[in-house]
Amino acid sequence: MSLLDVEQLDARHGLLHAVRGVTLKIAAGETLALIGANGAGKTTLLRTIAGAHRPAAGRILFDGADVSAVPTYGRLRKGIALVPEGRRLFAGMTVKENLLVAATYGRPGPWNIETVVGAFPLLRDRLNSRAGNLSGGEQQATAIGRALMANPRLLLLDEVSLGLAPIAVEAVYRSLESLIAGGATIVLVEQDIGRALGVASRIACMLEGRIVLEGRAGDISREQVTQAYFGLQKARQA
Amino acid sequence: MIWGTQILNGVLLGGYYALLACGLSFMFGVMRIINLAHGDLAILGACLVFLISDTTDISPFVALIVVLPVMAAIGWALQRWMLERSLRSGVLVPLLTTFGLAIVIENGLFEYFGADTRSLAPYIGDFAYDSWAITSNIYIGSLAALIFALAVVLLGGLKIFLSYTPLGRSIRATAEDPDTAALVGINTRAIYGIAAAIAVATAGLAGVFLAMRAVFTPYSGPEQLIFAFEAVVIGGIGSLSGTLIGSIVLGVAQTLGAQINPQGFLISGHVVFLAVLAGRLVIAGVRARGGLSTLLARLP
Repeated sequence: MSLLDVEQLDARHGLLHAVRGVTLKIAAGETLALIGANGAGKTTLLRTIAGAHRPAAGRILFDGADVSAVPTYGRLRKGIALVPEGRRLFAGMTVKENLLVAATYGRPGPWNIETVVGAFPLLRDRLNSRAGNLSGGEQQATAIGRALMANPRLLLLDEVSLGLAPIAVEAVYRSLESLIAGGATIVLVEQDIGRALGVASRIACMLEGRIVLEGRAGDISREQVTQAYFGLQKARQA
Repeated sequence: MIWGTQILNGVLLGGYYALLACGLSFMFGVMRIINLAHGDLAILGACLVFLISDTTDISPFVALIVVLPVMAAIGWALQRWMLERSLRSGVLVPLLTTFGLAIVIENGLFEYFGADTRSLAPYIGDFAYDSWAITSNIYIGSLAALIFALAVVLLGGLKIFLSYTPLGRSIRATAEDPDTAALVGINTRAIYGIAAAIAVATAGLAGVFLAMRAVFTPYSGPEQLIFAFEAVVIGGIGSLSGTLIGSIVLGVAQTLGAQINPQGFLISGHVVFLAVLAGRLVIAGVRARGGLSTLLARLP
């Protein structure tokens, strides 16, 4: 059985129809990379799954239960955690406080401040720094660590490499790889297709609100991705 | 020596203002709501305690045990049924609704209590005018000292609560970014309800101490709101330690003003408030134009 079932989901921003009839299944332990051009609807899809955006139609099932009407905070408590685009740390609070506040309402599990620091060693000396004073890479590590503190069953990552120095992207992705190896279930929005293909077991490409290409990472060629990405021709489901 | 006494009295008066301003500052810091009914809620608290102490033999201090939870419940309900709805229509609408609430409270109290001037001082015995001798010619009022100590404990306690408890961290996270707070599992509606409950309960507490140290009528609220507002602005909006400092500055300015001229009490407080406000505006204006060095370089 899949952990997450998105059925015929529609989401709008006013007049803009950002997500159109998306159906998506994610099995436990799977890493799905969601790719697509700017404005394809990836962020809106993730935010709708996390409850931060209200869908216009469709259902979201988590572990078999319909969570469409569950408020954002309730979805985190059920195990859906989103690392939002732009990190959105609580800038006036310290790294440690950012981590602790997320653990308050999370599920019991292996993640705590020690294990987060183990996964992101660059945070070790920064725990008492204000989150607003961190470098981009440190902020991203804090944002992912904050989501992990809730011990989520499904981790949604929105553009975790955006605006980071290449060396920071390396560090973040090394930590992600060890998360994936540990059996985490992840949906990853990523602009860098090479990176996405490198860590994901499955790929879904969005174009103008729809999923136009979906398949196992190994079965999809770079050419298919490029075509689906830019909508050069109607790509078949792989 | 009279000046030393007056400064000391001003500091202690600042304690009362800090107690009063605490909730106003807290509500603005967490919810971005300027509660224009804050002073009237304080008077409402005083009236409730007066009602209990006047009809029974219960001391106002004991009556507080009943009235504070009632005030907290009023704060929670106001948030749920009034402030939350008005906040949805933009940041300016809560100003109007709390202004309306202020009028409703004032006239509701007038309807019930009439225009009589009342005080809780007769209900607390000697404590209303007892004093301690610090030196042979400096005395401090024991009630004023109690109020000051309570203000320090309340503001300090609130700061510790916000810094070191899970609920306090949730309140700070919600104050910074409610959307992201929801993403880390915080029920932001509940947090706003709790914040409003704390703010209104402290307003009620301040009102009761106003009623012990002075007199009040159903229409005393707006003046108290002005004092609280001035203290908050002098100390820096949304900062609890700033609120304590701002309150002391206001209290000292008022007592020194009264020492200079019998009419000087209010006016000197207002002058300090306006001077600080003007100073802040000038500094903000200079910063917005690229700092002092940029402005000086532009001079011919």
